Amino acid sequence: MSAIKVENISKSFGKVKALDGISFDVKRGELFGLIGPDGAGKTTLFRVLATLLNPDEGGAEVDGFDIVKDYHAIRERVGYMPGRFSLYQDLTVEENLNFFAALFGVKVEDSYDLVAPIYRQIEPFKTRRAGKLSGGMKQKLALSCALIHRPSVLFLDEPTTGVDAVSRSEFWDMLADLKQRGITILVSTPYMDEASRCDRIALCNEGRILGIDTPTDIVAGFDSSLYAIKGDNMYQLLLAARKANGVRECYPFGEAHHMIADAEFDVEQFKAELVEVKGLHIEPTKPSIEDMFIKLMKQ
Amino acid sequence: MHILRDVRTMMIVLLIPVVLMILFGFAISTEVNNLNVAIVAPNRTEGVRQVVERLANNPYFTVVDYDSSIDIDKVLRSGKADAVVVFDEDYEHLIAQRAEGIDTHPAIQFIFDASNTNIAQTGAVYLQNVVSTDHSRQELLNLHLLYNPQMKSAYNFVPGIMGLIFILICAMMTSVSIVREKEMGTMEVLLVSPVRPIKIILAKMIPYFVISCINLATILLIAHYLLDVPMSGGLGGIVFISLIYLILALALGLLVSTLASSQVVALLISAMVMLLPMMMLSGMVFPLENLPTVLKPLPYIVPARWYIEAIRKMMIMGLPLSAVVKEVAILIFMTFVLMGVSLKKFKDKLE
Repeated sequence: MSAIKVENISKSFGKVKALDGISFDVKRGELFGLIGPDGAGKTTLFRVLATLLNPDEGGAEVDGFDIVKDYHAIRERVGYMPGRFSLYQDLTVEENLNFFAALFGVKVEDSYDLVAPIYRQIEPFKTRRAGKLSGGMKQKLALSCALIHRPSVLFLDEPTTGVDAVSRSEFWDMLADLKQRGITILVSTPYMDEASRCDRIALCNEGRILGIDTPTDIVAGFDSSLYAIKGDNMYQLLLAARKANGVRECYPFGEAHHMIADAEFDVEQFKAELVEVKGLHIEPTKPSIEDMFIKLMKQ
Repeated sequence: MHILRDVRTMMIVLLIPVVLMILFGFAISTEVNNLNVAIVAPNRTEGVRQVVERLANNPYFTVVDYDSSIDIDKVLRSGKADAVVVFDEDYEHLIAQRAEGIDTHPAIQFIFDASNTNIAQTGAVYLQNVVSTDHSRQELLNLHLLYNPQMKSAYNFVPGIMGLIFILICAMMTSVSIVREKEMGTMEVLLVSPVRPIKIILAKMIPYFVISCINLATILLIAHYLLDVPMSGGLGGIVFISLIYLILALALGLLVSTLASSQVVALLISAMVMLLPMMMLSGMVFPLENLPTVLKPLPYIVPARWYIEAIRKMMIMGLPLSAVVKEVAILIFMTFVLMGVSLKKFKDKLE
């Protein structure tokens, strides 16, 4: 049985279609990532699955319960961490944890083994008010609070947004650890580089899912040849490359431009075409998830 | 636990009633204390002396001048006196004639400095009252003020302040505190917990209910011991009605919180839609009888109006609880309607 089963969910706000026929399955104990830019509908999807919103069409099951009919049962067994820091800023770290334990009717000690690896990192600051914590510590506290009632499914909406690189990496280590304990985790992130830490990912954009697979298979599914090009004048290069023969797509990517080429693309011919661009340098490169995302988005 | 953190708000909330009571009680007083009176009496007969004696012994008046002839205009203009009492030369004779039923011109004339209309009006009434207390001279003037013979303003404003403060604290604070949860995003987390919405609402309301009860006690204590408001209708009844009114105010706050999406909106709704009409249409500041016909039905839906009326009856007129059954019934009815509507509107979903 899958832990989360989403079938053809649509949700509109006025004229804006936030979710447009979304379907996917998450297996028990899986770390599933929703990867997509802001406005892709990730937060809306979380709210639907966390039973805060009812879908316009379609349905979903979380842990075997229907999100519309049995929403009380779902609320008892999921941990939800909204994208925005949503703890009481004027309560201390310790008080927040106790408050959430009380809210779910559990004792902190009972879940301490689960929470401890995370909570121990912020324990030195337990008398500090939550509002005064750094971004990374806030997220650790929020995760501790979401775990306090031993949920079987965790919903984490952009948990690493606004967190420094080191804390982000630590955060993903914690998620891997929680996964080991059998908790199903649905996590969203706008950072493509984090996608490789998930078991499977769904690339989403504008309320639709572009593709679902493991990070390696997603990248392996990139069937065109990809080149990285550089030049003295990068903007001129970008415009020129887009007009060149056999170039399907060219876009800035870090300090180079990435270029998706057709089958009939020829490097020598390309160089000849762009002779006016000084210092042209072209080499084949390995596709990343971001390349795949852009390719799928343009289709 | 949560509101205790915000010490400043807490202090403000607890001090507002005290400050308002003392402010209205002593500073913004519409009653007349220490009215300076000058007396002009060409013939100091026995009858005149009696009246002057009464005035001099009255704590509300100070006789600043007592002479056979005074430059009235000068005394008033210099501010030496607020009022001048002029006895007719033929005072005794006129009184006697009146007693026999013969129509004469007035025996006493009051001249007032009406630059402060409040002092002039209230003072005139009171002066008349004092001068005519002698029963043999009843026919001179005939005026009775019931329940509040000194026209103490405290009697009028204490019920008004109570009506105002409870709306302010219960409705405004509850709505703001619930909307703050929405704004901070904590409501989202609260909702995705097994705790039922009704529990969340109760948890939000009870602290403000307790605070309001403290305020109620403070107000009643100040009113009784500092402002000498009689409370003659029985303390139990007053507290009972106030508690109903508190719950009503809480329901109102909850309703506002379901409508407002941000703290600012909640504050604006509370202030514009509740506080203002409450002051204007409850009879606290302006007599309801003076409203234009179009607005006349409006006060009937303002809860504060019924509350203030009931409290006034019990506190000042000294009527028992049974005399305000109508007001209490209306308040209870309004409470149920508001509670019902707001509980229905408070959803455990986000939209």
